[in-house]
Amino acid sequence: MKKSKSLLAVTILVYIFLIGPLLVIMAASFSETNYLKFPGEGFTLEWYRQILKVKSFGSAAKYSTIIAFVATFIALILGLPAAYALNRYRFKGKEVIKGMFLSPVLIPVIVLGFVMLRYVVNRFHLPALPSLLIGHTILSIPYVMRVITSSLANFDFSMEEAARILGASSGYTFFHILLPNIKSGIVSACIMAVINSFNNVSLSAFLTSAGVSVLPIEMMAYVEYHFDPTIAALATLMMVITLGVMLIIEKTLGLQSVV
Amino acid sequence: MKSLFLIGVRVEKKDESQTISFKRFGRCDFKDAFGLSCHHDLHAERLGRPLLEKKTKIYLLFILPGCLFLAVFMLIPLFSLIFKTFFDESGAFSLANYFTLLQSTYFQQVFWRSIRLSLISTIVCAGLGFPTAYYISKYSKNKGVLMALAVFPMFTSPVIRSFSWMVILGKKGIVNQMLVSTGLIHKPISLLYNEFSMVVGFIQLFLPLMILSLIGVMDNISEDLNLAAGSLGASKMATFRHVVLPLSIPGLVTGSVLVFTGCLTAYTTPQLLGGTDTRVLATMIYQQAMSLGDWTQASVVAVVMIVVTILVSSGINAISRKLNPTI
Repeated sequence: MKKSKSLLAVTILVYIFLIGPLLVIMAASFSETNYLKFPGEGFTLEWYRQILKVKSFGSAAKYSTIIAFVATFIALILGLPAAYALNRYRFKGKEVIKGMFLSPVLIPVIVLGFVMLRYVVNRFHLPALPSLLIGHTILSIPYVMRVITSSLANFDFSMEEAARILGASSGYTFFHILLPNIKSGIVSACIMAVINSFNNVSLSAFLTSAGVSVLPIEMMAYVEYHFDPTIAALATLMMVITLGVMLIIEKTLGLQSVV
Repeated sequence: MKSLFLIGVRVEKKDESQTISFKRFGRCDFKDAFGLSCHHDLHAERLGRPLLEKKTKIYLLFILPGCLFLAVFMLIPLFSLIFKTFFDESGAFSLANYFTLLQSTYFQQVFWRSIRLSLISTIVCAGLGFPTAYYISKYSKNKGVLMALAVFPMFTSPVIRSFSWMVILGKKGIVNQMLVSTGLIHKPISLLYNEFSMVVGFIQLFLPLMILSLIGVMDNISEDLNLAAGSLGASKMATFRHVVLPLSIPGLVTGSVLVFTGCLTAYTTPQLLGGTDTRVLATMIYQQAMSLGDWTQASVVAVVMIVVTILVSSGINAISRKLNPTI
């Protein structure tokens, strides 16, 4: 019992270290002081109103959302058939193909950003939005592949055969037999990919332009010149949304299936 | 027909593996001899292949779009980047780019700082993560909540997490206030924009990964093993050392690789919590490329970073296999 008490003490300290700073940010967002301060003074919601006044945040939030969802969607379009083929068919070079689809996680994201800028954006003269979309799609592909591959591993392909024998077309079989069975895998893959893409900095730092930027980059740019609670208010808002997403995941899929 | 089939198999089995003989039999002899497709299917099933599978190249249609996308936008660019670093400005093969970089004291400082900070962060994460994961896995009654609380920071932007340390460690931050009020120091000291704040940021960023990797393996350690060790007279400490610790090594290895490579390649935290004189590899790539416009130098640093990442992850895995061949 004594041992479990000292373990508990470490655990509590670790959790204070992990969660404490986030609570500090939340508390600081209500402070009346015009710089970030904890413990804050007084209580005001003024800084939340201030978020709307910073124009760059609005447009960056819009681009962040578009990029995260569209990139994940493209990754799904590219990754789902590949994951299906890798599980369903036997062919030569399977391991190589699998390795290729998972390779983006092996390359440091900051390197990926630099490579994209130098050899894709500059060579093809791509504007910021498509290059951000391409970059984030590359990031999302391994997430999609890993989770879908593991849910396809649990799928019994004889169900698919049964449907075909009973006269279903291959398209019908795909949408009505396969897809419903791996739905939760797809959803959790997409959630992870969207969150990862939304929070990404290293890649976006190379690919944003003056007009087209994403939220984390704009937040970093903002604190370089202002250190007021606006940024804490925005962070709090984002954390509340994250908590909401986590709650929905827990209620529907179970958090364990996603992580 | 059946007996013929069996004879056929027996004959074939002599020199080749069973699967191959079935295959050959099903494909040629049987179908040609009797022209009955049902037998062919029967064989296909014995081969463990789905019934309706024809020899088809349709899988190419499924994998090609993704392969092309990754090849055009990632692999070819990456290889051109690596390739180009081996040539000098006149286009001749040379290792000059690497020599110049490796000899520069600035790069050496940055390189060893990256390694040092990643190593310290990994060790601290292992030290803090191990007891925490052990507690959550074996003693905690609110495992789900504790897991969720470990996941939450992972879902939160690294930008936000770094901000929070700017608030806490800043000159007017709570740590300085406490230190001044207890009389340990007279004036607020600078806790930010140095290696200390970077390590603190790294640990907070990657500790959840360590905890989750460890919980993953610790959950699979059966309680029976602990009881068995105890009933054979092992003390709690001995059980921990000889049962729990060795069985947790795979989780520790996975966690360490994730934390180390994560720290080595992280950009946001060193950018926000580090200063201009505490650059690491990731911030150096960005600085070389975006501020100084030195693409060649940035490429070489990028290649170094890739090599170190791969070496470290395969190195740690190799060492752990040597220590514990059962992994």
